[in-house]
Order: sequence, then C-alpha cells, then structure tokens
Amino acid sequence: MIVTRGLTKRFGPVLAVDQVDLDVREGDRFGFLGPNGSGKTTVIRMLLGLVFATSGEIEVLGKPIPSRVREVLPRVGALVEGPSAYGHLSGRANLALIDAAGQVGLAGIDGRPVRKYSLGMRQRLGLAAALLRAPRLLVLDEPTNGLDPQGIREIRDLLVRLNEAGTTVFLSSHQLAEVEQLCTRVGIVNRGRLVLQAELSALRPVTGRVIVRSPDADRAAAELNGQVASRDGDQLVVTGTDPAALNARLVTAGLRVIEIRPERSSLEDLVLELTGPGADRIDRDAGQPGDHPPPATGDAP
Amino acid sequence: MIRVELVKLVRRPRTWASILLLCALPTVVAVFIAVTHVAPSPGQGPALLSAVLANGTLYPAAALALVLPIFLPIAVSLMAGDAIAGEATSGMLRYLLARPVGRTRLLAAKLISVIAYVLGAVVLVAVTGYATGAGLFGTKPLLVTPHGLAASSIATSLSGTPMTPADIAMRTLGAVAFIGVSMLGVAAIALFLSTLTDSSLGAALGALAALITSGVLVALNSAAVVSPYLPTRYWLAWADFFREPILWRNIERGFAIQGVYVVVFVAAAWANFATKDVTS
Repeated sequence: MIVTRGLTKRFGPVLAVDQVDLDVREGDRFGFLGPNGSGKTTVIRMLLGLVFATSGEIEVLGKPIPSRVREVLPRVGALVEGPSAYGHLSGRANLALIDAAGQVGLAGIDGRPVRKYSLGMRQRLGLAAALLRAPRLLVLDEPTNGLDPQGIREIRDLLVRLNEAGTTVFLSSHQLAEVEQLCTRVGIVNRGRLVLQAELSALRPVTGRVIVRSPDADRAAAELNGQVASRDGDQLVVTGTDPAALNARLVTAGLRVIEIRPERSSLEDLVLELTGPGADRIDRDAGQPGDHPPPATGDAP
Repeated sequence: MIRVELVKLVRRPRTWASILLLCALPTVVAVFIAVTHVAPSPGQGPALLSAVLANGTLYPAAALALVLPIFLPIAVSLMAGDAIAGEATSGMLRYLLARPVGRTRLLAAKLISVIAYVLGAVVLVAVTGYATGAGLFGTKPLLVTPHGLAASSIATSLSGTPMTPADIAMRTLGAVAFIGVSMLGVAAIALFLSTLTDSSLGAALGALAALITSGVLVALNSAAVVSPYLPTRYWLAWADFFREPILWRNIERGFAIQGVYVVVFVAAAWANFATKDVTS
C-alpha cells in the first residue's frame, strides 16, 4: 500500500528524512513511531504529495507520488498534524466543504461554529473528514492527540473495525502504549532514518517469565516459593516455567487463576533503546540530524 | 472548487465588513457635502467631488475616487494576501491539497474568488455612490470639457459639451472597469506573496509596501525612467473618462500595465505554489 525507496528530504542544511525504505502492506495497522522532530510528519507529508522529496521514490496504492497523486488521494483518508477546520463555519458546513459530494451521517452534529469546539471534538471532526469517502488507506498523524481516554479508546476501536473491514491504517504516534494496543506492524524512525520496521509481535519477544493473576495470590506465592520474581497485589511474575505448565500446577494445587500470560518486553523499552533522547532536546553534543550513524539494529526480520 | 471558494467568500464576515466600510466612507463624505454644500473647488480634493454638488449621478465615480488611494488597495491586499496564506495559517491548506484539490485548480479558484471580491467591491461602492448621490444631490446639467467636468451654471465660459445621463453612465462604467482592473493588479501581487509566506498579514503588507514604493517613485521626478512601468502610475487615469474628448492614451496604458502585472504575478504565484513544500 505504501512503499518508499531511499526517500530523502532536505530542508536547506537540515536532513529531515534520510533514506527511508517504508513497506506498509495491505491490511496492516502500521504504527510509525519516533520522537518529536524525527521526521515522521515530513514522511507523511511526502506520502500525500504536500512536500516534494529531495530524492527517492514513493508509491502509494501502487502508483508513484507525486506524479499521480491525484488518482491516489481520493482513496486515501488523511489527518495531518492535527485537524483543521474553518473556525467561523459549523462542523456540518466544514464537512460539506471538505467533501461537497457526500456526507457521512455525523449524528448530533449541530450548527455551532467549529471555533467553539473542544480539541477532542475537532479531532473527531478531522477523523470524520478523513473517513468521508470510505478510503482504502488511512494516513493519520497523531490521531488521538487531544482526546481523553474514552476518546482514545473509541478511535482505537473504530480503527480496528475499519481495518477489519479492509482499510489499511498507517498512523504516526509517540504514544507507545496506544500503538502497542492497536498496531500489527511498526516502523521506528529516529533523526530522519528508519531504524526498524517489523511485525509488532516480533518486537515484543517473550521474556521467559509468566504473569499470573489469582485471588489466591498469597497461597500461590507460597506454592511457587523461589520462582516469584515480583508481586503486585494479586499479580505475580513467575520465572522458570511456561504458562501452560504453571496453570496446570496452580489448578492442581486448588488455586484459582484469573489471568495467565507470558510476559513480553514493552515497546517502550525498545523504542527508547533505539532512539535515545528526544530530538527536540538541544544537547550540547547533539548536532544535526543525520550527522550520526544510525543505530546498528537495522531492519528487523 | 470555484463554487466552494465563492461560498466561502460570501459566508465570511470579513468580506461584508470590508465592503461595508468601503461603502460607508463615500456615504459619510456625501452627507457632509450635502449638509454643508461646501465641496472642494474644481482642481482640488478628490477628482469630480466638486461636480457632484451639481449632479449626484456622478457620485459613483467620485465615491471610487475616494476609496481608490488607500482604502480599496488595503481591502484588496488583505483579501488576496489571505487567499493561500490564510489557508496555510488555519491548517486547511494541507487538507485541501490532500482532498485532493489540484494545486493549479485551488489557485485558480482562489484567483476567481479574489476577482469576484474586487469587482464586487468596486461595483457595490459605485452602486452605493449612485444611491447616495442621486438621493442627496441634484441632477443639474453638466458640461464636460477637455479639463474635466463643470456644472453648466458656473462653467459657461468653458467650451464644453452637455452630458446626457447615458453619457454619464457609460463614462462611469468605464471608470469602474478601469479601477477594477487596477485593483486586480494589486490582487495579483498580493496573491503571489500569499503563496510565498504562511502569513496573510505579511502578504498583504508586502503588497501594500509595493504600492507605497510605487507611489513614491511615481511622484519622484528622478525616477521618471521607471515610472511608466509602475503599478500605480496610471491609477488616476480613470478621470480621463470624464473629459471631452476622452483621453484614451493613459487609459489604454493603464489597462495594459495592469494586464502585464496580473499575468506576470499570477504566473509567478502558480510557478511557486505548484512546486512548493506545504509544511503548514
């Protein structure tokens, strides 16, 4: 759905995007991760033909960008760097202007001018606009910015539903927990370079430990004496076993189990390891993006 | 897209606020003149104003003369300067382009909307001028002379031709068209600047700075060499419609120079906008 080869963008002396080879496949929920200022938004703008690449190739929906961008974009829904709307018009009028041809039913939308909307409402309006033409590909830059937890959850559920109905989702974020819950694949960008691109499951290897929740946590801790690495309320982290064997053992001992699963390392640890300090920090030794060789990880399997 | 831009133009409060102000100034002036019956003597003050006391149907042209030097260029610069830069500031430009509206089409729609505003503003000022003029002043016969207009009662010594209402209407139409086209030159400069910057105000002020520079140079004898090519050089040539015979020379040059400015700056705006990185 999205392929870039050697995609590079230079703004004057600043190398904003450096040799990025993205590969987003049909049906992916692709999380594009990276610190602020790492080049995520510039890549997204190039995908949409807003910014022209210095070198490299882009294909979206199998067609080259920007030369055939007008054939591609009608099938792409986009939210770029926050939603925008004409503040003096109502939400309905804005949606009508954004797509005069057809409106989706936005139940409950009223005549209030958009400048009176909350940030969350604007974000929803922006998403509604992105969804207006039932796109095959959604390109969303920080789609849950400004939303409250319920809003984030609603958007996540919506994106999963759309994805299951056949829409490929490409979204950028720096909220790792959100990406972890939503995405099937991730690409991590740092200082303009794509330092990793892989299935999320491959990025979160099991740690070899097992997480158990049990109302009989005290007795379970005693039963597993010596294997409990840590305990938090009714939750135990157990070493030296696998979930199936542990479950059998606990049940045989007459202990009730609420939840049992292998522990995985978090995406956050991985991303922090790959990207280092935020790019919008100005440390004395930071230099320009691109001056540094990329971390050695390269593309993951 | 053109329809969408025109809807936006019509629904935007500032469109009507600016036109209201443009129409208000000549109305206020008309009221003062009508109450005091003191008009600038011929040759002083804005052209034509001295003649309107005699014949109010001339007031549309006089009204345009009042807003032409400052008010109208400011309004036009603000609207045209806002065309692209305003979309960039509000963050809508990226969504318009991702919709996708082709860049050329968007610029064309903006241009048409700006033209509609300019011509609409000029025509509305003229119409308001006619209404106030015909209402407040008389319609005494006028003579049109090689030096301009005069009320026939005070200009008996001048050799002139009496003006019929149809004559006044035709000459006024000519002046409206001339001033409209002059303002399109301003709009083209502001539109070009609007594609250069993401600040509407920057684009508008840039266009006004160009006009002020042009005005200063036109008045400067030592800059006479460049003066025929400056945008404001022939702005006042519309008054030549009110001479007998009509002095076509400067009118033609005015139309030609504004045409050149429109073509050059619209082309520059297109060349810049079509290849520009949209990072707003």
